[in-house]
This record gives sequence, structure tokens and C-alpha cells, in this order.
Amino acid sequence: MTTQRVRFYQVGSFAVGNRLLEADQRTVQAGEHRSNALTSGHRACQGCGEALGARYVLDAAMRATGGRMVTVNATGCLEVFTTPFPETSWQIAWLHSLFGNAPAVATGVAAALKVKGRTDIRVVGQGGDGGTVDIGFGCLSGMFERNDDVLFVCYDNEAYMNTGVQRSGATPPAARTATTPVTRSSPGNAFGQGKSAPLIAMAHEIPYVATATVADLHDLEAKVNRAMQIRGARYIHVLVPCPLGWGTESSETIRVARMATESGLFPVFEAENGEVTSATPIRRLMPVEPYLRIQKRYAHLFTPPPRVDVIAQIQARADRNIRRFGLLTEES
Amino acid sequence: MEGSRAVARTVARCRPEVICAYPISPQTHIVEGLSELVRSGELAPCEYINVESEFAAMSVAIGASAAGARSYTATASQGLLYMVEAVYNAAGLGLPIVMTVANRAIGAPINIWNDHSDAMSQRDSGWIQLYAQTNQDAADLHVVAFRLAEELSVPVMVCVDGFILTHAFEAVDVPEQEMVDAYLPPFRPRQVLDPSDPVSIGAMVGPEAFTEVRYLAHENQLRAVDVIARLADEYTALSGRRCEGLVSPYRLDDAETVVVALGSVLGTVKDTVDQMRDDGVRVGVLGITAFRPFPYDAVRSALARAERIVVLERALAVGVGGIVSTDVVRANPDAACHTVIAGLGGRPVMRASLRTVIADAVAGRLGELTFLDLDRAAVQAAARG
Amino acid sequence: MDRPFAITLGVGSSRANKTGAWRTERPVYVDLLPPCNDACPAGENVQRWLYHAEARDYEAAWRQIMTDNPFPAIMGRVCYHPCQTACNRATLDDAVGINSVERFLGDEALRQGWTVPVTAPRSGRRVLVVGAGPAGLAAAYHLALLGHEVTVRDAGDEPGGMMRHGIPSYRLPRDVLDLEIARIVEMGVRLELNAPITDLDEAVRAGGFDAVFLGIGAQLSKRAYIPAGDSVRILDALSVLREVAGGERPDLGRRVVVYGGGNTAMDVARTAQRLGATDTLVVYRRTRERMPAHAIEVDEAVEEGVRLRWLSTIAYADGGTVRVERMRLDEHGFPQPTGEFDELAADSVVLAVGQDVDRSLLDGLDAADGGVRVDATMMTSRPGVFAGGDAVAEERTVTAAVGHGKRAARHIDAWLRGTGYRPSARPELAVADRLHPWYYSDAPATVRPRLEAARRVSTFDEVVQGLDEDTALFEARRCLSCGNCFECDNCYGMCPDNAVIKLDPGARYRIDLDYCKGCGICAAECPCGAITMVPEQT
Repeated sequence: MTTQRVRFYQVGSFAVGNRLLEADQRTVQAGEHRSNALTSGHRACQGCGEALGARYVLDAAMRATGGRMVTVNATGCLEVFTTPFPETSWQIAWLHSLFGNAPAVATGVAAALKVKGRTDIRVVGQGGDGGTVDIGFGCLSGMFERNDDVLFVCYDNEAYMNTGVQRSGATPPAARTATTPVTRSSPGNAFGQGKSAPLIAMAHEIPYVATATVADLHDLEAKVNRAMQIRGARYIHVLVPCPLGWGTESSETIRVARMATESGLFPVFEAENGEVTSATPIRRLMPVEPYLRIQKRYAHLFTPPPRVDVIAQIQARADRNIRRFGLLTEES
Repeated sequence: MEGSRAVARTVARCRPEVICAYPISPQTHIVEGLSELVRSGELAPCEYINVESEFAAMSVAIGASAAGARSYTATASQGLLYMVEAVYNAAGLGLPIVMTVANRAIGAPINIWNDHSDAMSQRDSGWIQLYAQTNQDAADLHVVAFRLAEELSVPVMVCVDGFILTHAFEAVDVPEQEMVDAYLPPFRPRQVLDPSDPVSIGAMVGPEAFTEVRYLAHENQLRAVDVIARLADEYTALSGRRCEGLVSPYRLDDAETVVVALGSVLGTVKDTVDQMRDDGVRVGVLGITAFRPFPYDAVRSALARAERIVVLERALAVGVGGIVSTDVVRANPDAACHTVIAGLGGRPVMRASLRTVIADAVAGRLGELTFLDLDRAAVQAAARG
Repeated sequence: MDRPFAITLGVGSSRANKTGAWRTERPVYVDLLPPCNDACPAGENVQRWLYHAEARDYEAAWRQIMTDNPFPAIMGRVCYHPCQTACNRATLDDAVGINSVERFLGDEALRQGWTVPVTAPRSGRRVLVVGAGPAGLAAAYHLALLGHEVTVRDAGDEPGGMMRHGIPSYRLPRDVLDLEIARIVEMGVRLELNAPITDLDEAVRAGGFDAVFLGIGAQLSKRAYIPAGDSVRILDALSVLREVAGGERPDLGRRVVVYGGGNTAMDVARTAQRLGATDTLVVYRRTRERMPAHAIEVDEAVEEGVRLRWLSTIAYADGGTVRVERMRLDEHGFPQPTGEFDELAADSVVLAVGQDVDRSLLDGLDAADGGVRVDATMMTSRPGVFAGGDAVAEERTVTAAVGHGKRAARHIDAWLRGTGYRPSARPELAVADRLHPWYYSDAPATVRPRLEAARRVSTFDEVVQGLDEDTALFEARRCLSCGNCFECDNCYGMCPDNAVIKLDPGARYRIDLDYCKGCGICAAECPCGAITMVPEQT
């Protein structure tokens, strides 16, 4: 675990801040002088997890780099809702090129900064799951393999949301999307497909890989901070719920991300040079069913007769994660 | 020296800061040459990046250029097509990237030999396209290209015929570093990614402003014609070698028939024309260097007195015929224009065949569209079979 | 930098897009009523003083208590803390030890010598308070703060009422009691001891008083009729306690039977132990669950060796023996005699079967439930005469009496000024469902150190010790701040649209309505439920 949990019985490290904590024990987000890399007026849906995740990551990166940072963004929701001419909600140096080339463009930026002797300026590449795991995958792998000095962040909302909720390589099994509709014979996205970008990143043995969610801010910021202390290719995969695509209430974004980790479906861990170095333990273990139930993209699993077989398969995936990453401690 | 090496050494003298390379025949010797120059320290400071695809190559160049570094890459054929999304992106963002295209045919069927179909497919992308006639030309045009790109904030591709030029050994005067430095100042980007002065580059532009953006790009390209001419003259003065930026006329003064062509085939064309002149045929040659922007005024005035024009095309617009011909006809609607598709997929253009075709044109026997040296038996057999 | 048209944009230009127009509902910060506040008979703003205490702002915390209750050190020893029973923290691990923190603050104030200044201008009105018990002294305190001239008259020779005479010193040390009472006197309240009042009208006329508060308590022991012989000692609990409070050591013998099941029964049983009884038995006619005594009192008594006998009544007592009849519960749950008897050895019988109000001062005042009837303004049937505390029946505890004293003082003040006092409307209760407990770490309550049982029994030393500062701080910080913002920054950090503005410390936050899209994440993730989504008026 990268964060030292503050045993502070009121809210400790689970809340964003606390008036009783020293400033350095609070999150970057708690400070009035946070960078607000992403400011108000953007066109994200109400309760957008990606808008939150991006601000979390980039404000933390700005703090860690003293504001010396350049961001490269892939095409997708994040890029579209932030830069509709004539409005941009970015307050940082930002470049958008194409859908599938953000990692390569980031490599180019890093190379330019290096040749100009400005390695104090760090590069963050970012994109959604579609741009990272599918169309951008070749470029991502190339950046990893060359160990370019880029932190790449994937905001994973588990489908191509900007174009209308189509399936991506990150869409979990049984989820309904516009291209994996639910029929009698097929309960949404197929089992046995999909890729784990964090595990693939680990297979490249790059210096740092981590997963995080918008539900645990201290953890996410600590990971961004850690990443910024390392040179070379780094990858952070952030789960960002999408109320529209997942079929959740706009107010539930944080809660559903929390349920994803507490059920074990989304393991939160860190790895360096291909080896898992820490896993954030599940605090209060819960079964997958309540997590699935609050998302309309899984509603078909609960209409009578409920698909208990599918739910059991999903539970098995969660159980496997728990085993594989050691997500339970005595306290859980 | 080999043409590729000349290009590599000249590009190195232009002090690129980021070079990204993905190998494809016939460009490989260029990027290999540059790799050695960087590794030996002769070209420094420079980041040389072995990318995983051509799409990555252009993307890395985009990132590097946007961050204020002079950026370069090279490709051909399939590789150019693989990076097309990024090619348009670079032009749209106004990034002054210079790229060598070692012209090669596009498959299917796969063919590694020279024609112009690759670069021609990108003529609408917004890039400036310069076609080298000789390896000396190729070297010189790269220096001009960097200066041109950075002055206009438009990317430039320098087209060098694959194998015919890239792998040919000839004497090339590689411009001296001092001369290049005098001609090419350090890159001062129009816009740059700078944390101390942050901007958002690459916004989404909707119907309300997209036309205007494209209009501005169009205007910029039109303006480029005069800039190319000026910069070529400046280079000429500095190098002592005649550098034609737009067009190179040859024996046009009293020519009734003019052969128009791009690239290395002009060597063969000029030899043929010399022979025919000896036989009293009033024929001349117009080489076009800048294909995009198309130098209409220069072409128009060069062809003003021609009765007939033979355009020698190194690429085919399938189902249509010529590509260059369209622009030439627009420049000179009154002259008779004959399109001759020649040398596709690397077929050598023979002087004898050229002679025949020009003679046919003079005699009024040449049709509107001709495929030079077409094997009629083979196509008829294929049609039957 | 030369920005290409439309392709490149200057930072933050999206602020021209007021996304607040998207809203169908908006977040509103609320201040709800925490259950501790709601339960406190003295009406303390418990959440507020814990808020100060947890920031180590002990004086501010103490002053917050003092706005409602002048006896925190006493409360911290004798209050039965219904606040803790209501505390929402119990749904997570254990209730916050509010009582122990209050004691810490009260003791700290005594250590530091903090006082409350009287800043109100003198009203020129005079109020007579009859009885220097908790109700009367609290009333006097609040009236003094409001600028009135107060005289407290008590028939006894020491102030305190039941705090002194009913609660043994091992629960409430005399020095603490004396200091907190003295603090009130030092505010300018005139205290007259050994001054019983027999004719109220005369006292009022003679003293030129404009209003009266009766805090005369319920000092008379109820008598239970027990057939008894001549050689048995039958005492009433209040008298025993009063004697002990006065420094006497009545000899109850070695075997004492206490008859009754309330707090007084427990107090006198434990006192008996300390006076040398080796075998103290509490006899109660119903069952343990029905005992009115607070569970803590019963537990502590049992720890000290007091034995309890349920479903029993005393049928006869004489000469060293008490005959006890066993009861059984009928089908309605009421105890019924069985006709079966046991003989117990006893040197004395102490009756603790209830208390009555001395009605001698209540001529002309309407009665109710054995005490004096008051209306919603704490006024009796006689204009200008108010009453509170044990004399007004209802709940008979020190805390309730203090609460009465405060309320009565406010009503007296209004009555004297000719205005009405309407207490502000009570906000909505901050029920546990409003909380989002994920954010609170698990932490059980601290346990107050206590004297060893054996040592306790032989002395009147204070049994329950107080907390040290670290522990008090820890305990205060367990408060969930139900329904009241404590600036955890969750809303500020979790708004995807940067639409929460952080104000100065203590001033909390403000919603930027230009940009708030009404997603509701702030309300859903506020740990203490201090944000409510309300529909936009269309």
C-alpha cells in the first residue's frame, strides 16, 4: 500500500480532506490551490467519473511536478467534452492529435523535451479504454517497449462511451452495450474475451504499473505521485464509472467505483518491473451481486428468471482476482 | 555516394532534433544513415526513436513538433498509407514536419518499385509536395523544405523516387553545415506546448468554424507558391547551384510540343528530347518540382505557346486516367493535352518508347490516354481468361 | 504565441459555458439536529462542542456547553447520558463517550479557572429562586447571564440540592460540586442558605422580586407501609444519603436490606457498603428489566458486591429479620403475590421507594402528578411564578432539572420584558440513514478507567476516573458530526465540475450555481449527511 492509512477515527484517509489533518496529510484535491487542470464549464454528463478522474490525476501530477507538465490526450469523451471550440476547460499545456496515437505523440513530446534539455518537464499521456486498449494499443506497446519517459493514464469506463456506448476490449463480460446487445441467447458481452491492460503493461516489465479508482483518492494521488518519481514508461489504469453507459444514477459514481473494488472485480494494486509490489486490501468484502444490480447495463441478469449462472461466473472472476492479488486481510 | 546517404547527410545538416524511423523499402538506407550519424554524435543533440509503425512515426513527429522540436521522418508506399490519419493531422495542426517519401507503388498487388502513387494519394492532405529530379536536387530540396515548413507552419514532403534515386550512386554536393546554418535558422514554433504558457492544441471545431479553418489552410497553400520561389532563389544564391522550387523549363522557348513530368524520369525525358531536337522536332520539357501547391501561373506561362502537351504520369487515377494532367489542363485549357501513364510499379521508361509517344503526339496520332509499353497480349489474354 | 484559429484555444475559456443551466435539482447544505443534541435534556449542542474539542479547542468547547449547562464537570459524573444512547456512532462500533469528554472539559475548566462573563446590561429586574438544587442554580445562572438580579434561597446549610444530598461523593466529589456552584455565585448571584421560605407572597413582597422560580425538588421519601415490630431499624434512603453528605456515618449494621429499584436504591446500597455493610441486598418487587435504575448504576453496584433480589416484596420486618414474599408475573406482566415467604437476616431496612414533593410551599398553585403543574412556558398557575426540576414530575434527573432551569430562565426573561420566548424550530433529525459511514474509520469507544472494585468499596473516593487529554481527544474525534458539516472536503473534492467553492475555515463551502449540474455526488458522499438535494423551481 502506498498510502499510510491515518488511523484517525473520524474520517482519516477515506475522505478528501479533514480540517484536523495537516495539509500534507490531506489530498491535493483538498487544497484551495489545487491546479484544477480541468476547470468548470466542460460538457461532461452529470456525475461523470472521467472528468473527476482526470482532474484527480492531473492535479496530483501538477503538484508532483511543480506545474511542469504537458498532457497529450487521445480522442474520446474527455477530449470532446473539454475542447469544443471556442471553449476549453483545460488549464494546462494540452495536445490532442488522434484517437489511436496518444502514447506515440506523448513519446514525441518527451523526446522533444529531452533534446531541448528540459527533462524537468514531464509528460502525461491519457485516453479512455477504447483509445488505450484497442486502437491505441500498438502505440502503447511501442512506448512501453522503448521505456519512453511517459506516464500513460487510461480512464477506463469499460466501453466506447463518447460514440454511444459500444463494446471495447475493456468491456466486462455480460455487460450490455450497443454492440453487445442482450438477446435470449446472449447475455451481453461475451465471456472469454477482453484484455487486462495493466497485466499486459506488467508483461512489458516497465518501471511502474498501477490500478486505481475515483473512489479512493488518497490511493490514486499517491500512485500518481509515485509514478512521477520514476523515469521511464509508467502506466496507471483508473476505473471511472460512466452514469450514462453503466446505467447508474449520476450521484452514484463514487459509490459504484467503490463497490467494484470492494467486490474484488476491480483489483487495486501496484507493480514494478513486472512484479506486483502491493495490493490495496478490500476493506469490507461484498459479493458482486449488489454491484451488478445498481447498473442498468446488467439489468438483464436480474429480470426473471435471473441469470444466476452468469452472476456466478462474474463472482468467480472476482474471487479469482482476490486470490490472485491477495486482496483480503484479516480485517476484511 | 548513394542517394539515400546524400539525403541522410543533408537532413542531418539541417539539425533535426527528433527523428523517428520505421523501416520500409526503399527508404531504409536513409534512416539507417541518420541512425549512424546520431549514434556517432555527428548529429547532436538529436533524439532518434525506433518506432513500432509508420503511424507511430508520424505521431511521434507530431508530438515532438508540437513541443517545439524540429522533427523528421521518412517513409514510402504502404507506410505512407498507414500513417495517413496522422499525415492529415499534422497538416491540420500546422506542424512543420519534413518527411522524405521514397516514392514506391501501392499494393495490392504488393510492389516495392518506384512510381508516384504513394505521394499522389496524399495530394489533398494539406502537405506541400516537392519532387526531386536528381539526388542533388533531393539533397537541396530537403534544406529548402525545412525552411519552407517552418516559415509557413505547414508540413512538407520531399518526394525522391525509390531505388532509382535512393539507391543510385552519383556525385552529390552535400551542402556544408555553415551554409545550411546560414540558410536555416533555429526552429521558432508558431505555437508550442509550454507549461509556463499553457494552451489547448487540437480542439474540436464544429460546423460554425470548420470551413474557415480550411479556408485559412487553403490561403496558406496559395501563398506558399511565392514563398517557395523566394526560398529557392535564396538557396540558389547561397549554394551557387540552380535550385528550382516551382518548375524547371528545358528547351521550351520555341517548343510546339511540351512534355510535362515530375521526378527522376525527367532525366530520360530530357535525353529523349535532345535526340528529337537533333532531328528537328520542336519539343521541350517542363519539369514540375512543387506539385502541391500547384504552380498554376508558372505552368501557364511556361506552356503558353505550346500547341500540344504530353503529360507523363507516374501514377494512375483508376477509372479516370491522369492526375497531373488535370492540373495541367486547368493551367492551359486551350492546348491539346495527352496523358501518358508510364513506369507504374517500377517499369523502366525507355527512351525509344518515349520517342514513339512524342512522335505520335506531334503527328496527331496520340490518343487522350495512353499506357506506355502496355503488354496488349497479356491484358487481352487476362480479359478472355 | 500565435494561436492558429480554432485549433488552439486559451486556457479556461470553458468558464463562459454556465453549465448550471443543466440542473434539475441543486445541493443545499443543511444543519440537521444530531440525535445527541435531540436527546440531551439540558438542550446542549453536543455536536458543536465536540467539534471544538476535537480540534483541541477545549475552551471553546467548554464555552459552548456553558451556553446551555453551567455544570459540565458535574454532568460528566452524574448524567445518564441519553446522548450516548441516541448516538449514531453505535451503528458503526460504539457510541461516542460524550459524557467522559464533557467531564474532561468540565475538569479542564476548573483546572484553568475559566469563567463566563456577564455582558448583558442590567435589566433592573429581580428574581427569586427557591431551592439551590440543579434546577434553581441553573435558572439563576441563565437569569444572571440575561442581566437579571437573582437571589437563591435554600433551606439547607449547603447548596446543591440532590447533587449534594442525594448523590454520594463517590459519584460526585464535593470539591467539584462546590467549585461549579461557586462559579455561579461569583457571577453575582446572591446565595442565601439556611433560609427556608414559608410564605411565598411575603418573601416576594419583602424582597421586591419581579418573578419567582421554584426549584424545591421532591425531597420527601415516599413511605411504604411495612408491618414492623419495634426493634427494627427502618430508614429512608434520602435521609441516609443526606446524613452521609453532611459528613455523618450512620451505622446501618452489617446486613442491610434496601427496598426499591431506582437510582436512589443503588446509591444507598453502595453507600451502605462503604459504611461497613458486608451484605447489602436490594429487594425489588419487579424484574431487573423493569428497574428504573440506570444500568450503569446497577452494574457498578453489583461489581461492588451488592446483591439483587427480584420479584420480592417486604412483608414484615423486626429484630434482625425481614420477611420477604416472592412475587410472580401474571399474564399481563404484573407482579402478583405467591404466598411464599423467605426470612432474611437484616440489621436495617432502607426504603428507597420514591420521592414526593413537599407541597407546603405550593398553596394556591395547581398540582399535577404529585408535583406542581406548569404550562409550556414553565409557569405555574400563578403569573410570575415558574417552576422546574423534580418538583415538576416527569423525568427526575440532574440533567433534566438543569434543562428546566434554562428553559424557565428564558421564559422568565421574556415574561419580565413583556415579550414571548419561542424556542427556535427544531431542525430535522439527523438519523443514521443519512450518514455515509464508509468514510469513518472503525474505532471502538475508550473505556474510562475505574477504581478497582475492592478499593472502591472501602472508600468514598471517586469511582470512575476521568480521561486524559489524548483519550478525550480520541473520543471526541469519534463523533460523526451527524447532519452538520465538519469540513471533510469530500464535496469540494468530488465535484466533477469544480462547482464547490471552499470558504475560510469554519465557513465551510458554497455551491457555485453557475456550474453545478446537480449530479448529486456531493450529497451522496457527504459522510455526515449535511447536504440535501432539492428540486429546482422551474
